[in-house]
Amino acid sequence: MGDGHVDAAYHPRWLRPHVSTYWWLQKPSYLVFILREASCMFVAWFVLYLLWLIRAVAGGAPAYRQFLDWSATPWVLLLNAVTVVFVAFHAVTFFQAAPQAMVLHVGGRRVPTHLVLAGHYAAWVAASAVVCWLLTGA
Amino acid sequence: MPDRIRLQVARYRPELESEVTFDEYEVPCPKDWVVLDGLNHVKDRIDGTLAYRWSCRMGICGSCGMTVNGEPKLTCATFLADYAPGPVRVEPLRNFPVIRDLVVDIGDFMRKLVKVKPWIVRQAEKPLSEGEYLQTPEQMEEYQQFSMCINCMLCYAACPIYGLDPKFIGPAAIALAQRYNLDNRDEGAAERMEVLSEHEGIWGCTFVGECTKACPKNVDPAGAIQRYKLTAAVESMKSFFLPRGA
Repeated sequence: MGDGHVDAAYHPRWLRPHVSTYWWLQKPSYLVFILREASCMFVAWFVLYLLWLIRAVAGGAPAYRQFLDWSATPWVLLLNAVTVVFVAFHAVTFFQAAPQAMVLHVGGRRVPTHLVLAGHYAAWVAASAVVCWLLTGA
Repeated sequence: MPDRIRLQVARYRPELESEVTFDEYEVPCPKDWVVLDGLNHVKDRIDGTLAYRWSCRMGICGSCGMTVNGEPKLTCATFLADYAPGPVRVEPLRNFPVIRDLVVDIGDFMRKLVKVKPWIVRQAEKPLSEGEYLQTPEQMEEYQQFSMCINCMLCYAACPIYGLDPKFIGPAAIALAQRYNLDNRDEGAAERMEVLSEHEGIWGCTFVGECTKACPKNVDPAGAIQRYKLTAAVESMKSFFLPRGA
């Protein structure tokens, strides 16, 4: 099958498919994929927000007060509310994908995919519980 | 259940037209007829000029893949009754050049498939006198899922990344590479990695996951690709920290 053969990459009479710029709107699963990809921007925003928070805490009480006032402005509140939704969506879709990529063996046997998934959710719940304890109990 | 159903079939006759048109045919719809039966009825009784591929009629040869109502399907395993009352729209597989009617050019896939060496590679064959290469059921289970691939290319038709970037080596080629990489008799993983770790290899995949949904044999090409990404990343780190090997 050399390039000069009949199945060469280009043939004048073959019809070439055209992918629309809006291909991601053609199926719900494509849209979910694009939203999952876009969710990384909101994850990045949370990282930046956390870094600003740390800088404000390090700057003393006035800087921290200023940060809290800025965080209470409507657009920051709205942005953070949208970010929470997207970060949760990011986590859930990431967890759904994880068992396909992670193949674990214990005692020579393959760990079932639902246990890999359950492990991720258990770790999520445990991490959230620790954060809650730090915020409320410590 | 209706006793007949309408098929809207994509036609492309390069000597007559420059775009796809649709012809409509009414075909019988008994409960055991698949889309391929409907196309065969059209070809035999109504319009002998219709061009499409098929062979085994039992989900093994992988040649009758087409787009049925927008989804990539093996037409030998897609029942007309499931689409009642119709119509059923039959188009060529997406993301491939159309040669005629429902026939697409598969040359691109065939060239890519050979690149990943989908066969057992041995650095040195052992003599026949030493017997066969034995394998335990557990060793076979490691790759068996990926060996179910029938090269039907539904995964390529489902993959928007392949549609946008035809250089992407694609789901089935990577799944078949993994079928041999995970086979304990094989010694060709390093040779395959040269092809798979390129930008157009595994890293072209953004894990849309449609290939796995479309696969009629539950091969899970998306899983094969993500697993191989992990392998390639570990190998890359090893070569960075242990440049002389370990």
